[in-house]
Amino acid sequence: MKSFWSITLGTLAKDIRLEWRSKDALNAMLFFSLLVVVIFVFSFDPLAEESRHIVGGLVWVAFLFAAVVALNQTWARELRNQVLDAYRVSPAPANALFLAKVLGNFIMVSILEALMAPLFVIFYNLRVLGPAWQLIPVALLGTWALVVNGTFFAAMSLRTRSRELMLPLLLFPVSIPAVISMVAATTNILTGEDSAHFFIVLLLTYDVVFTTACLALFETVLQAE
Amino acid sequence: MNSIRFLYAAYIATWTIHALYLGSLVRRYGRLRQQMKDLGKGK
Amino acid sequence: MKKAFPILAVLTAVLLAYAFYEAWWVAPVDALQGQVYRIIYYHVPSAWTAFLLFFINFIASVEYLANARPSTQRAAKWIVIAIGTLGFIAPFIPQVRQQLPVGMYPSSVATTALIIAGLYFLTGKYFPGQDLDLLAVTAAEVGVVFCTIVLVTGPIWARPVWGIWWAPGDIRLTSTLVLWLIYVSYLVLRRFSDSAQTQKLAAVLAVFGALDVPLVYFSIWFFRTQHPQPVIGGGGSIDPRMLHVLLINWTAFLCFAYLVCWSRYRLEKLRREVEEAEVLESLLEPAGPVAPSSKAKGALNRGPQ
Repeated sequence: MKSFWSITLGTLAKDIRLEWRSKDALNAMLFFSLLVVVIFVFSFDPLAEESRHIVGGLVWVAFLFAAVVALNQTWARELRNQVLDAYRVSPAPANALFLAKVLGNFIMVSILEALMAPLFVIFYNLRVLGPAWQLIPVALLGTWALVVNGTFFAAMSLRTRSRELMLPLLLFPVSIPAVISMVAATTNILTGEDSAHFFIVLLLTYDVVFTTACLALFETVLQAE
Repeated sequence: MNSIRFLYAAYIATWTIHALYLGSLVRRYGRLRQQMKDLGKGK
Repeated sequence: MKKAFPILAVLTAVLLAYAFYEAWWVAPVDALQGQVYRIIYYHVPSAWTAFLLFFINFIASVEYLANARPSTQRAAKWIVIAIGTLGFIAPFIPQVRQQLPVGMYPSSVATTALIIAGLYFLTGKYFPGQDLDLLAVTAAEVGVVFCTIVLVTGPIWARPVWGIWWAPGDIRLTSTLVLWLIYVSYLVLRRFSDSAQTQKLAAVLAVFGALDVPLVYFSIWFFRTQHPQPVIGGGGSIDPRMLHVLLINWTAFLCFAYLVCWSRYRLEKLRREVEEAEVLESLLEPAGPVAPSSKAKGALNRGPQ
């Protein structure tokens, strides 16, 4: 039997290959992300004095919307072809599938963020007044927080009515401490007014706690009929 | 004192919410009883 | 058992009336806030009741998940015993005692640990098998009702006292809001889920919610230290006469909550009976329906486990 990681990476590679062949979903998501940024630019005046203080929040709300769009199609392919049933009866550990999906979503959402972030910089004339390198751990940890819980709740929503609505409904309340931390950390780094240190540590704690919980409980969710 | 209106509002709101919930329980109970009866009649 | 209900209902009504009388006329006037502070006698007991109910839901959910397999059931029991024992002894050890936050007595930590362990075993004993899930959904729904009251009376109290309806750094009210959101999503999941494993999924969500709560608290707490917020009428000891009235009201609301839970529990039991009767009906019908409804299918799978 193959090792855990080879299964995970194999599944991930398959997903990436499939996604790359038909770039429909990817292109649609990229365009959606762009639209979200533009809407924000029109709603929140970039030239206003206060804009530097709220941009942290705007950026992460935009990322959150884009993430939900990406997460909603996580299991769509598996559902269409009864792959989940095959997976349930196979001896492969459920967590390998879960991690593959999380990594795939992480890559997907990171691509979207990499597109949106420069747009925000341009439209809002951003200059980072604090330690800019700290934005990297914030982005990585924050994205992981959204993606790990999002993938998990997407699986939970599979057998519900209004599946696409169920995902954000479950994800948003649980993500609140992560969102508070991401936004506060980003704002502190952008304005340079306060330390983002505590929030980065809190994000790390959040990620550890919920990654563990997801790994421990994914088997239960997968077995749900 | 103007602020005493808020005191009234809080107490009335509390019991309104409780009344609404208890009312929904009664309604659901009645509906279930009706369903039970319909099943009993062999619909 | 059922005959006791009307008697208890009358007694509870009397108790609530007495508690109201105490809150409005007997309790002394607050020096700073005037009469408006009396909202506390509904706001705080509702909060304590809601938190207790959510905690019961958490215990029932964990136990429901643990009981899925005998191995996890045994492991969970030992873990709870360990938590109870350690939680009871540890606060009295000097090194641990120093770590406790100011104002937290070792005896209250010890008692809490015992109560948690006790609740776990009591719910396991009196709510076997599927009844645990019944308890979970009951506690969640009634908890949401009381939590709604907290979130409604909170701003009503804040407006005349602070001048604003809501302060984002108000750690207690904001944490309560998140808790409310988590449990409303829990109830929505229950209603929208067609799976035969709805109960398990809901229990998983309850565990996630419980893990979330301390993180919410810390994130708001640190946000507040960086952005000073208006201070509520907290800090400093409460007038013993006020505390007395507060406890009377809490007792009354606990009795009320108990009766509401009892009603909701019976309602849920009846609902499941009706569902199973419907399934039986559709199976026994001679020229049966082409495909049983998904609800019926779910009930069939949810049957004896």
